Amino acid sequence: MKSNYLHYLKDRTIDAAKALYANKVVLMFFILCTFGLATTGKPPTYTVVEVFTRFGRNTFLVLALIIPVLAGLGLNFGIVVGAMAAQVAIFWTVYWGFTGLKGIAVCLLMATPIAILFGWLVGRLYNRTKGAEMITGLILAYFAEGLYQFFFLYLIGGIIPVENPTMIIAGGTGVKNTIDLAGNLKYAIDTISLLSVARGLSVAYALVSVVLWALNRQKSEGLQKPLQKDRLFGAAIVFAATFVPPVHDFMATDRLQLSRGIPVFGVLIALVALFRVVTAGRTGKDEQYRMRQGTVSLIALIAVGVSFVPAIHKILTSVHLPVMTYVLIALLCVFNNWLLSTKLGQDMRTVGQSRTVANAAGINVNRTRIIAMSMSTVLAAWGQIIYLQNLGTFATYGAHTMCGQYAIAALLVGGASVQQANNKQAILGVFLFHTLFVVAPLSASTVFGSALIGEYFRVFICYGVIALSLAMHAWKAIPKGDKKDKEPDALPGEGTEAPAEA
Amino acid sequence: MSSQYVLNMEGISKEYYGNRVLNEVNLAVRPGEIHALMGENGAGKSTLMNVLFGMPVIHNTGGFTGSISVDGEPVTIENPQKAMELGIGMVHQEFMLIPGFTVTENIKIGREITTPGIASHIFGKSLERLDRESMRKDARKALDTIGLNIEEYVKVKGLPVGYMQFIEIAREIDKTGIKLLIFDEPTAVLTESEAERLLEAMRVIASQGIAIVFITHRLDEVISVTDHVTILRDGQFVKRLVTAETSAVEIAELMIGRRVEKLLDEADDHRTLSDDDVMLSLRDYFVDMPGEQVRGIDLDVRRGEIFGIGGLAGQGKLGVPNGIMGLHASTGSILLEGEPVEPEKLGDALKKGIGFVSEDRRGVGLLLEESIEDNIVFTAMQIKGLFLKSIGIGTLYDAKAGRAHTEDMVKQLDIRCTGTNQRAGALSGGNQQKVCLARALTLNPKLLIVSEPTRGIDIGAKKLVIELLASLNREEGMTVVVVSSELNELRSICDRIAIVSEGKIADILHPDDSDADYGLAMAGYKRGGDEVEG
Repeated sequence: MKSNYLHYLKDRTIDAAKALYANKVVLMFFILCTFGLATTGKPPTYTVVEVFTRFGRNTFLVLALIIPVLAGLGLNFGIVVGAMAAQVAIFWTVYWGFTGLKGIAVCLLMATPIAILFGWLVGRLYNRTKGAEMITGLILAYFAEGLYQFFFLYLIGGIIPVENPTMIIAGGTGVKNTIDLAGNLKYAIDTISLLSVARGLSVAYALVSVVLWALNRQKSEGLQKPLQKDRLFGAAIVFAATFVPPVHDFMATDRLQLSRGIPVFGVLIALVALFRVVTAGRTGKDEQYRMRQGTVSLIALIAVGVSFVPAIHKILTSVHLPVMTYVLIALLCVFNNWLLSTKLGQDMRTVGQSRTVANAAGINVNRTRIIAMSMSTVLAAWGQIIYLQNLGTFATYGAHTMCGQYAIAALLVGGASVQQANNKQAILGVFLFHTLFVVAPLSASTVFGSALIGEYFRVFICYGVIALSLAMHAWKAIPKGDKKDKEPDALPGEGTEAPAEA
Repeated sequence: MSSQYVLNMEGISKEYYGNRVLNEVNLAVRPGEIHALMGENGAGKSTLMNVLFGMPVIHNTGGFTGSISVDGEPVTIENPQKAMELGIGMVHQEFMLIPGFTVTENIKIGREITTPGIASHIFGKSLERLDRESMRKDARKALDTIGLNIEEYVKVKGLPVGYMQFIEIAREIDKTGIKLLIFDEPTAVLTESEAERLLEAMRVIASQGIAIVFITHRLDEVISVTDHVTILRDGQFVKRLVTAETSAVEIAELMIGRRVEKLLDEADDHRTLSDDDVMLSLRDYFVDMPGEQVRGIDLDVRRGEIFGIGGLAGQGKLGVPNGIMGLHASTGSILLEGEPVEPEKLGDALKKGIGFVSEDRRGVGLLLEESIEDNIVFTAMQIKGLFLKSIGIGTLYDAKAGRAHTEDMVKQLDIRCTGTNQRAGALSGGNQQKVCLARALTLNPKLLIVSEPTRGIDIGAKKLVIELLASLNREEGMTVVVVSSELNELRSICDRIAIVSEGKIADILHPDDSDADYGLAMAGYKRGGDEVEG
């Protein structure tokens, strides 16, 4: 048993190393990041804090790209349109004077329908330009930019009466260059404490369980599922635990200090995993499952141990995570996975793989693609709201311009491609891309001795990353197709087996 | 009317733009029988199936006449979905499978089993979760029915081609209420043992009461598994036979039919053909042309003859000229008058004196947007440096010479046009073909290879093109190789005809040989009954 487990560990480690090696794009950016980190000339604390902040800010937007990739629409440069929808909503929210959570709620209520409409329009456009969605999206973003500027520079104040000297250009027409979000929307989501999150989630979970049970009972006699009492019980325990003083104190702060978070959650995860190992026999799971859970608890405990190493502990102490933002990112990951397990998600995957086959199977290809686009656009709008509330200032004419490129670059760096993408790649990609984004100007200025070069580096990195990773994916894809052309010698023997290789 | 037939199509006629492709065709299939549908390319099999499935191509071109009944009930099938609902399924020739999906996902594609959840109650059925366990069970059942022992959770990518066919079949029989399955040339891409297993699976399916319409060119398969045969020829219904009472020879004869008219008078023939005086010689010749693979041919074309290469579509006849011209990768030796031609070198075949008229007239053959003149002189300019004049610092197009030559050609070949400046794309098919010929002739070739010379052109123009080829041969002594799917055309002018089947030469026949010989050769048999090694 023991040697068995060691064997398993060895296999997994080798698998992980192989996967990293096979994915040259990730490997390459991993090396670049390491090199950058070594030459920043700043303490690592700075970089780590920056990267975690940027992670919270950007990941939602990157995750919004996954659905269109699966539906075969490629990398959606059109998320800029979603960001614009969010910004229109933010402008009005600020203008009407809503603040805090209420402000966010107004933003969401307003941005969502606009984003759905935009997504529907973009989806229809993409349906007319099948096979060229990416370039269409890119050009569309420029076109939308024109309409956006027309709206903000001319219509507001010019046609739509808006009076607010802090937001409108002195002449009374057009919106100012920047809108300060401090005091209204800044950190509105970030500052929701772990306490509220835990209470909210546990109540929501319990409600969903009850509603599901009720719906099931109503529907069919044969398929009745019993009310899952243990689920409700679990939710109740979590809810109750938030009132225990030490837990309450730990959770009540609006940011989670990483040096405190890692030990607490590490131990929790380890305990849950160990519990699963112990009960695996009872629930009929196999040995593989037990080994996996064992590894999870092992890694969690190691992470806890490492977090107490003085040098690392010091860095972790300075990282404060906005809880709700990270929870939202996690929820979006769950949503993406859940969507894939539904009929709609399966339809999207089918359409993404082959429109002809999907059509023959009676799937409405155009409709599925439009739904995927609408979802992506709505998620992008939400992502932009998260981004701007964290940033604290809203550059009216600049906030959205690069969001498509940055998000796509991050996703590509994580090892995704035009045909396939998943949550893990998005998260890994955001970490790598933003690490590089933070360290590149710094290390450029230490290596070349000029801060200006560092600034060029940022722009260069963004476009360079997109070009490089697309090219690397293309190179990876070529050998398979090319082989046949280059080896006519292989012909005689091939006979009827030939198509099987293709 | 009793429901003796699960499918009864009666008096089906269909015209495409005034061109009658089906004329009063009948097809009647009993429940649980395997019914072969046979005919040459262009006999109307595909059109008949398109009618059955209510494909858009039928309705967009004016519909059809005739009646269809399923289980004795008259039905109108306006779209493929309706056909599916009626229990008619199709196993496609090109696989409608998604490589990145598992076998189960492919079998249940579009018909996934789902269970409701909270989101589906709010947002509708499409958000129901997939019930993968039930899907897996269904897929397993379908796979077991046809006796395919693969794991239902593996991805289709990387499976042998033969398996993909079976997965397609499993998907069709998994559909509830399936009554009739169409197999469109299912064995074309299979190895012998795979084909054997497929036929076995067909018997199993038929024994469960599902009728099968089996479209194939392989006569032995028809004889071994089918109960009835329906034969079409040129859109006409020829005959419905009981398989047990017929033979491969009879079927072959009925498919070809005799309607050959000799275009050339034997008396005019002053040529002397000798087996020793070889113009083109192919040895151990392979071509990797997608869909038209050539798999080892030895062939000699004598100086001064018209040599035909025939065979069904997809068997490899088109690969022969395309390989020689270097348009697709080839191996083996190609000798022109004993001198090797190196097709991997761009334009080598043209330089050495082989003229070529491609079957893909609008794609490879012509620059559609350019003038007739440019089209005719272009290749000669490029290959032979004709129609060029030097002005010291460089060479320019010699418009005068080019114009004169083009006008000469227009007159000689009777190209009907408004002038030599007319856009090639604006010409009719027959005249475009003549422009292609004129271009090939401008090179003054020793050997002219013409691929599908009469494809897509009307009957009058067909005759002109064929006569032109004949006169080039008789009067100018040019050696001509004609590659064509139209057997009658080949038989009307050729001295010898090689029939290509499965990438090899099945037989080399004389135009006067019997229909049965031709039919059998097309199905891969050599005279004397031996099948060529395949």
